[in-house]
Amino acid sequence: MQTYSVREITKYIKDLFDADRNLGSVWVQGEVSRLTRARSGHWYFTIKDAHAQLSCVMFRSAASRVTVDVSPGAEILARGKIGVYVARGEYQLVADLIEAVGGIGDLHRQYEELKRKLAEEGLFDQARKRAIPTFPARIGVVTSPTAAAWHDIQTVLSRRMPLVEVILSPTLVQGTDAPAQIVRALRRLYRSRVDVILLARGGGSLEDLWCFNDEAVAREMADSPIPIISGVGHEIDFTIVDFVADLRAPTPSAAAELATPNRDDLLLDIDRLRMRLAEQLGDRLDQRSRELANMHGRLRWLRPLKRIEADNRGLLDLQQRQQRAIATFLKRLHERLASRERALDTANPAHILGRGYALVSDERGDIIRRAAQVSAGQRLDIRLAEDHIKVKVDE
Amino acid sequence: MTDDIKKLGYEAAFQQLEDLVAQLESGEKTLAESVALYERGQQLSAHCQRLLEAAQLSVRQVDEAALNE
Repeated sequence: MQTYSVREITKYIKDLFDADRNLGSVWVQGEVSRLTRARSGHWYFTIKDAHAQLSCVMFRSAASRVTVDVSPGAEILARGKIGVYVARGEYQLVADLIEAVGGIGDLHRQYEELKRKLAEEGLFDQARKRAIPTFPARIGVVTSPTAAAWHDIQTVLSRRMPLVEVILSPTLVQGTDAPAQIVRALRRLYRSRVDVILLARGGGSLEDLWCFNDEAVAREMADSPIPIISGVGHEIDFTIVDFVADLRAPTPSAAAELATPNRDDLLLDIDRLRMRLAEQLGDRLDQRSRELANMHGRLRWLRPLKRIEADNRGLLDLQQRQQRAIATFLKRLHERLASRERALDTANPAHILGRGYALVSDERGDIIRRAAQVSAGQRLDIRLAEDHIKVKVDE
Repeated sequence: MTDDIKKLGYEAAFQQLEDLVAQLESGEKTLAESVALYERGQQLSAHCQRLLEAAQLSVRQVDEAALNE
């Protein structure tokens, strides 16, 4: 078995308290008993009911703000965190707010209860939030026509986006009739085909703003077919509608801003597009003129040269062919000539005489082919290859 | 300015302007088409600008009575 020191087990228990979600902020109602106001300014007291009691401490800064009666016997609502005071091994409520029962404290409690209930149902879930349109054409406003909030909204819309059509759905924004009126005012806008609804009211006390912590209003907003921006009270005020709204704005003016693009931004966008437009056309023209210049160059230089080259090539070809033809012709001529010469050569008598033959002729030069052509004593001429022999016939 | 542009609401005109610039930037247009797109773009941007600058907030009210109509 593990053994703890007292300090260790107390620390362990303290950590359990600190990790608990509910104990972090609770409202406790009870009767005050044994109040000690220490010289330090801190209050130490106990609250109890018929069955139990709870040690409480309230530090100086919180205690100094308490305005309600906390004398023993008073019924109070205390809000705070329940933690463990290690040194004494006690748990206690570290209170930061004390309210009288039936007063604002009660409203706080109702608020917290409704908030928890609706949160558990998922009405505040981020997944439920609808997108706020970027360019609303119609904006519905649920507020009082006499309220400063209505004036503020119109001022902001006129400055930022006067292009929108604003549809006011008037309602009371204070008092017991307000919640039912707000629900009806929302419904009227569904039929006006607005793109977004602003639910707005200027600052006020918790009681003043109470209609914005109404369950029926919250549920109507959750069911709205149109996105809703809440702008209720001041920066620090949070109401139930702020949690249900698709977008929470800290004030009515801020709600109007969140609902619209800024005209100056839009004008800048248009300017930017106009510049891109001009750039594009400029680029296109530059590109075309470069192409044109290029084409021009090719026309002037490349095309004619090519033509001439092509013509030249044809001409050269022709010349070569001609030369080849002439050469062939000449060669053939030479060959024919040579063959004629050979033929002539063969027929040349000198050649025959060269091989040892002789040509015999009489004084008249007639060639002697038969012996009957000559008679004894006749002079004949014998022609040899190189020279002649003069002879006389014996018989 | 062509009549069809005059009839356009701000958002539609702005959307057309954006689309047109994107088309021009795609670079697939002939020069004649580019010039036509540019001219239309100029008209659209002028239209958008005029709508923004000339606009006056229009306000109306829906009352309980309107609900019963």
